[in-house]
Formats: sequence, structure tokens, C-alpha cells
Amino acid sequence: MKRRSILKLAAAVAVAGTLAAPVAAQETLKIGAVAPKTGPLAGGAVVTYWPNVQLWAHDVNERGGLDVGGTKYMIEIIEYDDQTNPAETIKAVQRLMTQDGADFVLPPYSTGLNLAAAPIYQQFGLPMVTSTATTDQIEDLSQQFPNIFITLGGSKPITQSLAGVLSEIRDNGDIGNRIAMVNVADAFGIELAEAARPAFEEAGFEIVYDTSYPLGTQDLSPVVKGAKESNPDAFIAFSYPPDTFGLTEQAMIEGLNTKVFFTAVATAFPAYAGAFGDAANGVMGIGGVNQADPDFQEYAARHEEVTGNKPDYWASAMVYSSFQVLEKAIEGTGSLDKAAIVQYIKDNAFDTVIGELDFDENNNNSSFWTVGQWQDGQFKGIASTGREGAVDPILKDGWE
Amino acid sequence: MDIIITGLLLGGTYALIAIGLNLQYGMARIMNLANGELLVAGGFAAFWFYTAGQVSPLLTIFVVAPLAFVANWLIYVVVLRPLVKRAKNRGQLEVDSILTTFGISFISVGLMLAVFGGNYFKYSYLATPVEIFGATYGSNRVTAFVVAAIISAVLLLWLHLSRTGMAIRAISVAPNSARLVGINVPQLAAIAFALGGAVTAVGGSVVSTFLTLDASTGVIFTLKALIIVIMGGVGDVRGTIIAALLLGILETFVARVIDPGLTLAAAYLVFVLILLFRPQGLFGQAQT
Amino acid sequence: MITSDETRNISIAVVLLALAACLPWIGGPYALTIGVTIVMFTALSTSWALFSGPTHYISLATAAFFGVGSYVTAIGIGFLPYWALLPIAGVIGAILAALVGLATLRLSGVYFVIFTLGLAELVRQLITYGQNKSGTKGLYVLTNINETMIYWQLLGLCALVYLAGWLIGRSRLGFALRIIGDDEQVAKHSGINTAAAKIMLFMVSGAVAAIVGAMLAPRYVYIEPAIAFTPMLSFQVVIMALLGGTGRLWGPVVGVIPFTFLWEAISVSFPNQTTLLLGVCFLLIVYLLPKGFVGLLQAIQRRSREALS
Repeated sequence: MKRRSILKLAAAVAVAGTLAAPVAAQETLKIGAVAPKTGPLAGGAVVTYWPNVQLWAHDVNERGGLDVGGTKYMIEIIEYDDQTNPAETIKAVQRLMTQDGADFVLPPYSTGLNLAAAPIYQQFGLPMVTSTATTDQIEDLSQQFPNIFITLGGSKPITQSLAGVLSEIRDNGDIGNRIAMVNVADAFGIELAEAARPAFEEAGFEIVYDTSYPLGTQDLSPVVKGAKESNPDAFIAFSYPPDTFGLTEQAMIEGLNTKVFFTAVATAFPAYAGAFGDAANGVMGIGGVNQADPDFQEYAARHEEVTGNKPDYWASAMVYSSFQVLEKAIEGTGSLDKAAIVQYIKDNAFDTVIGELDFDENNNNSSFWTVGQWQDGQFKGIASTGREGAVDPILKDGWE
Repeated sequence: MDIIITGLLLGGTYALIAIGLNLQYGMARIMNLANGELLVAGGFAAFWFYTAGQVSPLLTIFVVAPLAFVANWLIYVVVLRPLVKRAKNRGQLEVDSILTTFGISFISVGLMLAVFGGNYFKYSYLATPVEIFGATYGSNRVTAFVVAAIISAVLLLWLHLSRTGMAIRAISVAPNSARLVGINVPQLAAIAFALGGAVTAVGGSVVSTFLTLDASTGVIFTLKALIIVIMGGVGDVRGTIIAALLLGILETFVARVIDPGLTLAAAYLVFVLILLFRPQGLFGQAQT
Repeated sequence: MITSDETRNISIAVVLLALAACLPWIGGPYALTIGVTIVMFTALSTSWALFSGPTHYISLATAAFFGVGSYVTAIGIGFLPYWALLPIAGVIGAILAALVGLATLRLSGVYFVIFTLGLAELVRQLITYGQNKSGTKGLYVLTNINETMIYWQLLGLCALVYLAGWLIGRSRLGFALRIIGDDEQVAKHSGINTAAAKIMLFMVSGAVAAIVGAMLAPRYVYIEPAIAFTPMLSFQVVIMALLGGTGRLWGPVVGVIPFTFLWEAISVSFPNQTTLLLGVCFLLIVYLLPKGFVGLLQAIQRRSREALS
């Protein structure tokens, strides 16, 4: 994959288009992007991250570029594959800043890679508006790295929301008290399970089945069989993409027919509905979007048109929104002064495709989607920590 | 009871994977660490045919097998045979073949990444429940088991009853003596290697009906296949089948009763115990 | 007694070491990052070669030891000062190596390779299982240790590895190993405890790999199993050591340096193809450079000597 040619072409076309009108000299801004194209997280990055990089650069250049204090800058993206290896992420950011002359670097993909790169971003004073890093330790982090911003939240709020959703359904009399929970034995899965146990218990639920499985387990039938045997009202899985798909399929085979079925990561991927079709109706997952919001609809349409793929319904919009924050901060300060831009981000709220983004004194965005659900072929947000447009959850009715 | 059947179903698929390796290691004397990648390639092929043309994996097998046979045969003759000739002793050959097959495995992964990208791929084939003795299982697993059983049975019969098959077994037991009775060792080794590759690739196509694969999942399969081959005894296909079934049952048991997080640890434990107390495996001959 | 040849070698080594130590001052941050990579792999490959060179056992366990070391720092940093963690990591690495060695080194090389191939995965799963049960998750390592400090620590470790290698070479253990390498049967019949010798060396390589992992943890800030146990690491170490040649103590570093630059070049231009590169290198080593650059050099020296006589 040529890292610059496509976007250079887009930039060239945009430049050619705007040359017709009298305009100031075209400058370019080099912006680096480092994320997995190979390795264990490539699957997620390819769906959530890279298309948004492409889309964002396209959108900005289509408009004539970034307006920095009167001068228009076209965006040139320099891409690197970090192979899901933090050492490579660090090297790539170094390379971008010292060899390639990048002005800014978009943050990497996933909690681990973002954190590994944080010291380097700090060293260069780069604003780091992350969109795929989840953490419950934002205070410690923003103390150590004052330029880092978190948008996607952490495990505690997600599980609190989930407990809230479940409580509501139970209080309506639609389900009982019994929860079967499983989690993938990897960082995020463990974190979620850890946060969920007290949240569920506090909400008055009884955890009747609680087990974990290693990442990459091929055979999930023991897990599902065990869950079914415990006769649960709700099945909650803090799972990663391969096991999200695997567990769903197993549940269909075993006939695990709970009225609430939750699989964590990748439920919000279009591929999930693609794989399971109507059977996916009623499945809940992490994430959510306000499908009725015209901004989001327009974004999704553009995403599909420019990149050829649909966005996912959890982080995609947040990734794009985080790029928008950078864009608007640059334009807002009217300069390329990194320190001023960081301050601007701290001081202001931003209007993005996901809605308004505002950071508190710990550089945390405290309102994000937590739980979504497939309803009639669309993944809709049903719970959040302050986003508008949540719809009511529906009950799962078998696997047809 | 449920555990035993699930374990058997799992073990059946493992058997297919391991038999391929056994043919290559036990009979052609090449420890093929690219085995897992071969399996994934078989899976990719099935995926591709299924999503592109709705061709059932059971039919894709008939395309995959001869292709894999030819490809592996070429690999043996072009890449590996020079090593066999060059090696002064068996230890040297093993080291060389390990490094070479690692090389091949990485090249395969690299090629698959270039062609298919880094994504997981999965398709739903026969993901419908089937009842056996009162518990439900996926019919894709049951089918996989049946196919594995058929192929294993056919192979076993061929190895024990046909001339070529018996000749191949002779090579694994006593290569030098085999030459003395007029068996064309190099040619048969190539055939054994190619056959092993074909079986593994078919196993991959079958396994892809119910497992999620991507370009880098080959390694886990190689590992399990190796553990099974050594457990069962190198060179003896019957041992491999039994070891595979046992491993399947053990893993299911550990996953259900103890903790799903310890299946690999359990497999390793068994591996270590066998190495310490019966290194020739359940059915193998003692190493000379 | 130290011969004049050896004095010369030692002096060269000390000079090179001093030069290398100046890198943080003369090079830029990018050069420093590459420097850290080179020094890290030199420590790993040289200690790997100490074991795998004489015994011809290919160990793929480096990633497992490295990961264990990273976790020692990640878990321990909350309780103990950093400097206490390094020796602890070394000891744990050595113990793990001893266990693996006892289980597998008495048997043929193939079983050893297979075992170490999955060891990293096994340790990873055990650690995640432990994490799951005890409740700790991805661990944050927030320290004030910067890249320059890491570079110097690794450089110091390299010096120790070279020292250890040199001492072993001159000792009875080294003598035993040379015999084992030539012909293990002869060694056994001569009364050398081959198993003990192999295990001791394996423990050295395990300890070093663990310490490297412990040193590198602050660089990654966030330690989770997938990050600490990258399987590629084991393969890279093997290739670099073999490329350079295990016949000499300075062999591996001769492999590390060009390979690092090659890897960098490929990562930059063809990021998808780093795996392919790895594969091609393996084949290259087997067919063209079975004894690495060291072997090539020795062959050239021999041929020129023959030409002269």
C-alpha cells in the first residue's frame, strides 16, 4: 500500500480545483498516522482507524485545507504500520518527527499502543487526542502526560451503564436476577469483568456463572454450555472480536436463549450484522451511536462513499471526531503552535459528528456511548454517560 | 458424557491436523513448522470459495487437496531435499529443516497477509444444532469429525494395505534398510511429504467451517499438531489419532471443569510428562 | 594468563563500548531509538548464542523470558525500587530456564524447539489466568526513566554479557561446551555432565532476557500480556544471532546491526512485508550463510591463508 500516493493525488486534485479561484499560496501540513496494519489488532484498526484517517484528510482537503490564521494548508498524511508492536509505534513516531518532518501525529490505535507512545508525544509537545484508548486511570495519566486527552471512557463507566440497563429491564419485570458472565482473559476483558462484578452485585443481581477463557480460544462450546446450564436471565460476555463471533455462533447452536445477550467488542462492527443477519437482532454490545442524528448519518454516508466501507458503531465516529478536534483547535488558535493548541483543546468544547466533545480538568471527555443494541438492522445507542439520542432497549427473542 | 462427545469432536479435528504433520515428520523426516500456515491456507481457500461462489467446503476439499499435494511436493523437492542430501546426521537435518520451514512459514504468512489482509475471516456453514444423546452440538463440528474420520480411515487402510503405503511406513521405521530392499527412498519421502501437506490443507478447509482464522493463527495449530504427534508416537498414524482424541477430551474436560484458561497449560503438562516418562509416545518405537 | 591477542581484543571492546556510550550526546532522538533497539538485541542475541551456539539447540523462549521480566517491573514497581527489580527479574528468568531445561534438555533438539515455541504463549496464558483470578489488569509503569537511561542500562548489560561470555569461554564450562558442540557422545563418555552444562548456560540466557524485559518495561508505559510477549521477538533474536554467526562472541552483534537497519528500511517502505523479510532471512541463513557472517569471514581468512602459502 503506497503510503502517500493516494492522498497526494487527492491533495493534488483539490489543489488543482482551487487554483481556479484566486487564493493564497498552497502550503501543506504533514500529519503522521501510526497504527496496526498487521498483527493481532490489525483487524480492528482496519475497520475503525484507517478509513477515518483517509476520510478526514479527504474532507479537509476537499474544503481547501486547514485555515491557519489566513493561510490554507493542505493535509498530507504519512502512514506507518506499527505491526501492533509498541516498539515499532515508538520508532515510527520518532521517525515522523525527526526524519519526515511531520508537524503533527495522529494518536495510535488501542490503549496499549497509545500509552507506549505517550512519552514521545509528550517529549515533542504534540497534542494527543486519543479515541481508541480506554482507561480508568485518567488522573494519573494526565498528570504524567499533560498533553493526552481521553475520549472513549473506561471500563467502570461502561459497566455501570450496563448494570443500569439491566436493572431497568429487570425492574420492568422482563427478566429475573440471574446473570451469566464470561470474559476473555486479556487486559480489556479482565478490566471490564473486574468492574462489572461489583456493579452487578450492587444493582442486586446474582452472578450464577463466572468464567474466563484465553484469547484465541478456538472452542467456546464448553463456555456456552456451562453458561446455559446455570439457567441465566442475561448472558454477558466481555469478549474480543474473534470470540464475539464465536460465542454468538455457539449460543445459536446451543440454543442459549436469554432475553439479554451482550458481547463486548466488535458487536458494533457492520460485519457482525453481516455474519448473523436477522439473528443479530437484540444483541447488545459496547458502543452505540445516535442513528437518528443527521450529522452521524451524513458522516456514515460519506464514510462509505469515500472509503468503500461502513463505519463501525462504537469508535469510528469517535476517531473521526478526535481528528476534528485537532482540526478545529488548529484553526481556532490560528497557528501551528503546539502548546497553544493543547491549551485550546483544554479550554474549549467542540462540535463533531458524535456531538459535542468537551474535556474536563483531567483531560477526560466524560460523555460517551457505553451500550448499544442491534435493532432492525441498525446498531443504536441505548445507554451513555451523557450523550443524546439513546433509544429504549428491546428484548432478545430467540435466534431467528 | 457431554464432555466426552465434545472432546471427541474436537479431537477428531485435531487428528486431521496432526496426521498431516506426522506424515511429514515421521515418514519424510522433515519437521515442518509451516504446517499451521498450510492449514490456514486451506481454510482461506474454503472461505474464498464459499463467500465468492457459495461452494461448500466439502467440495472445495477436492480442489485444495491436489493443489496442496503438488505445492508441498515442489517444496520438498526444491527446497528441502538439498538439505537432506547435505545433512551429515539426523540432528543437523532437524536443525536445518526447522529453520527452513520457519522461513517458509513466515513467507507464507507474509504472502497471505499481502493477499488477504490482516482481517479475521469467518463464515457460517452448517452452524445448526444437532442432537446426540440428548445434548446439542454444531453440525459443522459433527461434519468435521465425520470427514476427519473418513480421511483417517482411508489413510490408515492405504498405509497398511497398499504397496506404496507400506513402503512409506518402511521408510519411517528403518530408512537404511528400506533402501536395501529396493525402495526408492527419496521419491517416497517426497510423496509422503506432499501427502501430509494435502491432508493438512484439507484439515484446514474443514476446520474453517467452525473456527475463526486469520493469517497469523497458524502457529497455535502447529503447536498442537506437534504435541499430538509426539504424544502419539512419531511415525505411527494410529497413535496420532488416539492422541488427538485424548487431547480433545482432556482440553474439553479442563475447560469445563477447571478453567478454560488452562487448556494450553494442560496440554503442555501432558507433553512434558510424556517427554519425561515415555518420550517415544504411546505407540512409537524407542529412539535409537 | 591473558594472551596478547586477548589484551588487544579487550582493548578494542572497551574503546567500542566507550564510543557507544556517547551516542545519546552525538546522535538525535531517532538515532537513540535505533541505538536502544540495537543494544537490546545485542544483549539478547549474544546471551542466546552463549547457549545455542555450542549446543545447537534453537531456543525460541526469549519472548517468554522477556515477558516475565517486563511483568516483574510492571508488578513490582509499586512496591520496590527499580534497581531491586532487575536482579529479581534475572533470578526469576534463571529459575524458569532451569525448569524448562530440566524438563527438555535431556532429549533431542527438536522437542526443545517445539517446547520453547509455545512457552511464551503458555506463560502468557498463565499470567493472564493469574491476573484474572487476582484482579490486576493491564499494568501502568509510570516512571521518570527516559530513553537515554534505558540505553545506558542496556549497554551496561551488554558489557556484562560479553564479560560473562569471555569468562565462560576460558573456564572449564567453556571447555566442556566446546566438546559438547563438536560431539555430544564424546563429551558424555569423557565424563562431562552435559545436561548440567546445558542447563547452566540456558539459565544465563534466560536471566539476561528477563533483565532486558525488566529494563524495557518503563519504555512501554502500559504492560499487558499481548505487549509483553511478542512472539516475533524470539524469531528476530534467532535470526540476528545466526546471521552474525555463533562461532564468536562478537558474532551476534555483527548480525544485529545490519538486520536492525534492514528491518527499519522494510518497516518504512513495505510495512506489510516484515514477516516476509523474516522468512527470507531464515532461508538465506540456511542456504547461504550457515555459519553466519563469522563463518563467512573465517572462510575468507582461510582461503586467503591458503592462497598465500
